[in-house]
Amino acid sequence: MSSAPVTPVTPKRSRARRLGPGDRLFLTVVIGIPLAALLFFVWLPALASLGLSFTTWDGIDLADIHWTGLDNYQQIFTNYPPFWPAVRHNVIWLLFTALLPTPFGIFLAYQLDRKIRFTRIYQTAIFLPMVLSLAVVGFIWEIIYNPDTGLLNGILNAAGSGHHIDWLGNPDLNLWAVLVASGWRHTGYIMILYLAGLKGFDPALKEAAALDGANGRQTFLRVVFPALKPVNIIILVVTVMESLRAFDIVYVLGGGVGSKPGMELLSLLITDNIIGESSHIGYGSALAVVLLLVSLAAIGTFLVQTVRKEDQ
Amino acid sequence: MTTTATRPASRTREPQTRQTPAGPRRQTGRHLMLAGIALLWLVPLLWAMYTSLRPYSDTAKHGYLSWPHSLSLGNFTDAWQQSGMPHFFWNSVLITVPSVLGTLLFSAAVAFFVTRFDFRWNIVLLMLFTAGNLLPAQVLITPLYRLYLLVPLPQWMSDSLLLYNSAWGIIAIHIAYQCGFCTFVLSNYMKTIPREISEAALVDGAPVWRQFFQIILPLCRPAFAALATLESIWIYNDFFWPLALIETGDKRPITSALANLQGQYFTNPNLIAAGALMTAIPTLLVYFALQRQFISGLTIGSGKG
Repeated sequence: MSSAPVTPVTPKRSRARRLGPGDRLFLTVVIGIPLAALLFFVWLPALASLGLSFTTWDGIDLADIHWTGLDNYQQIFTNYPPFWPAVRHNVIWLLFTALLPTPFGIFLAYQLDRKIRFTRIYQTAIFLPMVLSLAVVGFIWEIIYNPDTGLLNGILNAAGSGHHIDWLGNPDLNLWAVLVASGWRHTGYIMILYLAGLKGFDPALKEAAALDGANGRQTFLRVVFPALKPVNIIILVVTVMESLRAFDIVYVLGGGVGSKPGMELLSLLITDNIIGESSHIGYGSALAVVLLLVSLAAIGTFLVQTVRKEDQ
Repeated sequence: MTTTATRPASRTREPQTRQTPAGPRRQTGRHLMLAGIALLWLVPLLWAMYTSLRPYSDTAKHGYLSWPHSLSLGNFTDAWQQSGMPHFFWNSVLITVPSVLGTLLFSAAVAFFVTRFDFRWNIVLLMLFTAGNLLPAQVLITPLYRLYLLVPLPQWMSDSLLLYNSAWGIIAIHIAYQCGFCTFVLSNYMKTIPREISEAALVDGAPVWRQFFQIILPLCRPAFAALATLESIWIYNDFFWPLALIETGDKRPITSALANLQGQYFTNPNLIAAGALMTAIPTLLVYFALQRQFISGLTIGSGKG
């Protein structure tokens, strides 16, 4: 469902010509500053990363940059042990987030959208983790997962299992432990975004569906969900980007020293290579470009949708 | 507003309720479910709170999963004093406030331009900003680091004389990076403001800056409330830029400073819990203060096209 175009088509240029010198100066300054900042601090480094990915460099002396062509990429794909596990973990992260916290957040938003009492209390409780920094979230889950003093093992022991589980140390478990913490946070974000979308939704559509005899699930799947396409796209982008960019929570729960077995992620491998004792900037940049290309696929989908909406 | 045919006659309290068939019993069931989920969601936080209220000696003796023998705010006062938290809080304020204000002002200007003036490059401009916000931070970090080492700043701005290791550098990257998201939301919002309003001002001979500051900005208040909430939370909580671009631990904002403290107080989780919870207070205050406008402000950005 897209709203009718608000912007009438006005003759091009004529508006621009009506601007006086003061107007032009004002616009140049207030558009120029953020545009210059964007190009200088964001796009220039992004392009430079692309350039550096074809070189080898220790990150210290600029004269030591050597062109190596596609070597870094070849190395990464064939001869860098943590790379494929990292890709696999990023995919697991994406699938997990897309299949559990995201639908759950949408479900909660749908429940909370009805006019019921205490809705703000529920909203706050579920959105609260989103307000906390990932670093704080990391500390909180650390005292839950800690093998000796944590809440989880405490409960398991009290239940008499006698198991001593190292949630964050065991390479088969730690990714899932971190995913639970991340999902705890992601659910609230999706809930708020969807709730905002539902507020702009025309209730008459829902009532029409009810009059036609649709039950709650049918109404949601056939009427509400398809009608909220713009929000769904935003949620899709948010989910993909958060899964690709996942960093802080893993960094903190991994003890703040880069990737740990079982928890390798692309963002962490990049950090491993560009920050630290022996930096391999070319290598890290090539990893960054891989991440960039995957992100661009998501960004592209999103922007194409936005522009299409614009053109209508 | 139409009411559904199936609504029980007894429920006359809320005439506009959008409820499809549901009796009071169903309502109770929903409350039980939502209350259960809300409580479950609070467990980690409540556990952190409980831990932070217990003296270390108590937990060391009886274990963490035990009834308290004494509760006190001792960990909070200790964390506050020992770790120099007031100083780091102040660093955070110095970074967050200008970053949020700058982001909102500049993105409003870009959104204003993109939606009100018909230039050929408007869509490209909008895409450039939006896509910029979606690039992963790790992709930028190496060149950004080098760039920061090359940009000189005067003494009064930074004692490092560089953009590197100064709060200005962090503010700059926050504004550059976050403008994309805010521009996107605000341009969607401004499209819903009728053009006639600014046409009228134009006819009256008002210069563009007056249209912007006196007509458009006040009309965007709900969107600003939502964005101010989100941006304050994100920027205050950000952890990556200061970690990479600020060398002196003493200059870091509280979230990345906490990472240092973790090493220092690793043996005392109670103290860390107290410190972590205190760190969260400013964002909680912002959220509660702007909560009312928060969702309604977001609506326009994401709900309607």
